[in-house]
Amino acid sequence: MHRISLQQHADFEGWRVQARALCSAKVHPSQIRFIPPDRDNTLLDFGVTDLPQVRRKVIASEDFMDRAARVACHNDPDRYDRLYQLLWRLQDTPSLMRNTVDDDVRWLIDADKAIRRDRHKMHAFVRFRKVGDTDQGREQFMAWFEPSHFIVDLASGFFTRRFPNMDWAIVTPYRTAIWNGESLCFAPGGTRDDVPEEDCVEDQWKTYFASIFNPARLKVGAMTAEMPKKYWRNLPEAALIPDLIKTAKGRERNLIRSLNAAPNPLAAKATYQPRRVIPDQTPQDIPALWKQVEACRRCDLWQGATQGVAGVGPKDAALMIIGEQPGDQEDLAGQPFIGPAGQLLTQALTDAGLSREQVYVTNAVKHFKYEVRGQRRIHRNPTIAEIRACNAWLEQEIAMIKPQLVLCLGGSAARAVNGKPVKISEVRGRPMTRADGLPFFVTSHPAYILRVQRYEDAPKAYQEMVADLKAVADLLAA
Amino acid sequence: MAARSLIDKLAILADAAKYDASCASSGTATRSSMGQNGPKQGLGSTEGMGICHAYAPDGRCISLLKVLLTNFCIFDCRYCVNRVSSNVDRARFSVSEVVQLTLDFYKRNYIEGLFLSSGIIQSPDYTMEQIVDVARTLREEHQFRGYIHLKTIPEADPLLIARAGELADRVSINVELPKESSLEHFAPEKSQPVIRKAMAGVKLRLDDARDAQANRLIRKAKPPVFAPGGQSTQMIIGADASTDTDILKTSTELYSGYGLRRVYYSAFSPMQDASLDLPPVKPPLMREHRLYQADWLLQFYQFERSEIDASTTNGMLDLDIDPKLAWALRHRSQFPIDVNRAPRHLLLRIPGLGAKTVDRLIEARRMTSIRLADLIKLTKTAKKAMPFIQTADYQPGGLLDTDNLRARFAPPPEQLALAV
Repeated sequence: MHRISLQQHADFEGWRVQARALCSAKVHPSQIRFIPPDRDNTLLDFGVTDLPQVRRKVIASEDFMDRAARVACHNDPDRYDRLYQLLWRLQDTPSLMRNTVDDDVRWLIDADKAIRRDRHKMHAFVRFRKVGDTDQGREQFMAWFEPSHFIVDLASGFFTRRFPNMDWAIVTPYRTAIWNGESLCFAPGGTRDDVPEEDCVEDQWKTYFASIFNPARLKVGAMTAEMPKKYWRNLPEAALIPDLIKTAKGRERNLIRSLNAAPNPLAAKATYQPRRVIPDQTPQDIPALWKQVEACRRCDLWQGATQGVAGVGPKDAALMIIGEQPGDQEDLAGQPFIGPAGQLLTQALTDAGLSREQVYVTNAVKHFKYEVRGQRRIHRNPTIAEIRACNAWLEQEIAMIKPQLVLCLGGSAARAVNGKPVKISEVRGRPMTRADGLPFFVTSHPAYILRVQRYEDAPKAYQEMVADLKAVADLLAA
Repeated sequence: MAARSLIDKLAILADAAKYDASCASSGTATRSSMGQNGPKQGLGSTEGMGICHAYAPDGRCISLLKVLLTNFCIFDCRYCVNRVSSNVDRARFSVSEVVQLTLDFYKRNYIEGLFLSSGIIQSPDYTMEQIVDVARTLREEHQFRGYIHLKTIPEADPLLIARAGELADRVSINVELPKESSLEHFAPEKSQPVIRKAMAGVKLRLDDARDAQANRLIRKAKPPVFAPGGQSTQMIIGADASTDTDILKTSTELYSGYGLRRVYYSAFSPMQDASLDLPPVKPPLMREHRLYQADWLLQFYQFERSEIDASTTNGMLDLDIDPKLAWALRHRSQFPIDVNRAPRHLLLRIPGLGAKTVDRLIEARRMTSIRLADLIKLTKTAKKAMPFIQTADYQPGGLLDTDNLRARFAPPPEQLALAV
């Protein structure tokens, strides 16, 4: 039997060096006892044996080492033996850690979870009390804390990262962590009396704790699940809890009965004018039209959308381009054709010798229609009724801009302008005239090009669109 | 009126803030006050995972100093304790008072940081400027690196909201109620289009910051940061007549449209000097809980809203059983699911198995054939899953088809609330 004494409660390095040598020498777990300071070893009888010669390379998965380093802090006196047992088994089964239903692995996972929880609770429940200031003006704080495991070393880094410009000490029964602004050092444990009994801010904190509690939502179990009573004696605010619980029911009853008998006289003085929906009327100019489109309620699409998106471009544009409806990006920004389809359109216009700046760009439908799939908003085609509801806006834009030519991108736009459905493949690429004499032209929507099924068809679809745009450019030049 | 002491103001302005549910301090960038060569200036850190420094007897986490700058307000939102027509005590902090409280609490490790909201005084812009000034003072004058959550006012200038995002870890804009018609009645000064537009503005800036981070040419370069903890919102449950279906429709729209980290559901709670047209009842806590569960299924369990809707009755979730179980009971033909073979998205459909358990199960079954005893090691709620699964050594048999399967899980009719 090998007896290995460890110097610290949480002595992962000490264990690692010894365990590696023992495992390498193929010393079976039943032949070893690791003795940390918290283990009673008086009943164990050890013979002294020399280590056999080194025989093999020791392997351990990263996940195991990671967890073992924390589990060394556990208060289970057998933890180092159990870690060795796992290390031993890992030599034959390197992927053992993935077997999350194995009893040894489960023990490690559960022990690790307990350590991480204890560390988290220490980060949460340490309460510093101010001791004074140094001559250099550094504030000095102390705290008394009782962790369940040997986690002071493991948990202290958090406090140095958070409070490097204060001097502080955290005293626990087995170990004290001290930070002086330069380095973190450790001293033997202490007692509660080492730390001041109060702090000048504690009354404010207690006031806050009592005031933020809603008595109508009393759920004592939910509180104690996360803040078990063992921590209460070191939390100044916890002294208030019994009384807060006792009076909660009565306070809730009073609240339920507490109704507003007469409005506060302040109410008469409040003069805030909310942005209201502008009444639906014929706008006189483009800015007025934008405002009204933003607040349009003529169909239900506004309810799911961010805003109505009107057209943009020069007031005297010769060419007006009409798409189907704003997409996700357009809906967020309130601008038409700025998303992927808009970028493609700009590119196609440039390739056809036209400039996006000289064109008025708008949509047949002003609100984004979509359905939610997973975490995304997916475009949906507008219905005929929705296109009709939006038609008045479009006609007003046409009337105000008075373009020489209208270019419809895709079926919805063609339907909106033409009043009836068209087949793009039949009408694209040639000028047409509406009953009222408005010349218009139809090509495919850039979004169609972005989603053509076969990748090799995309360049062709794009070239067709550019050809149509060139025809438009020729018409405008004529 | 005599000047109030700081502690009196704190009592009033914390009490006024307690109805807002969001208090999380998680999911932000990692920051520390340690420089590379020894201590640097400053106070505070964030480490990704939030910390609850205390719990109130309502079971809620106290992570941040959650206060209002003032509870004076020119708005008259009926569901709000601070509405102008309410006769509650009023108080107002100065910017330096909030800063001092935050620093004092933070240094004693009471909190992770500040969650600042405010009643609206003078104008939305004026109020937003004050809120921003608190954050600016903390960050710039005190080098405060702890967590800051700013409640932003949707009616304020977008540039002020943007400034808030540059200073804060998280910004939030409360949607308050799921439908515009409810807002018109209960919050006449507010409107969904204004709220959504403000959220859209934040979303675009979040996207810009993410793109700047991803496309930086030098790895060490630090592009401007914008609300690394994202944005969130809150909806009040039970003040208006909206159904759970309405609420979840709005949440999915907000999640998908504006990339929200969280939609908080807050059961409407009785309050001092309550408006006469509100229900004077206990807060619907179970309804709130079921909504969170449904929200979770939509976000992390690959459920679609139509599936949740189909398990509601008159638009309301079943209060007695959780929504996943409710779905499973109505789709028994899809069970039992073989835990040794089924793909992840099907394992996620099993009542009683959470996402973490499912992931551990998938790892374990590569190594060994899962038996019922193994499943019991992995989760405390294996019993709930039993009618819906098969393992190497277990079949639910007729259990899945029994008429009283629901009764096994629904709580028995019982007396009213347990005495505490």
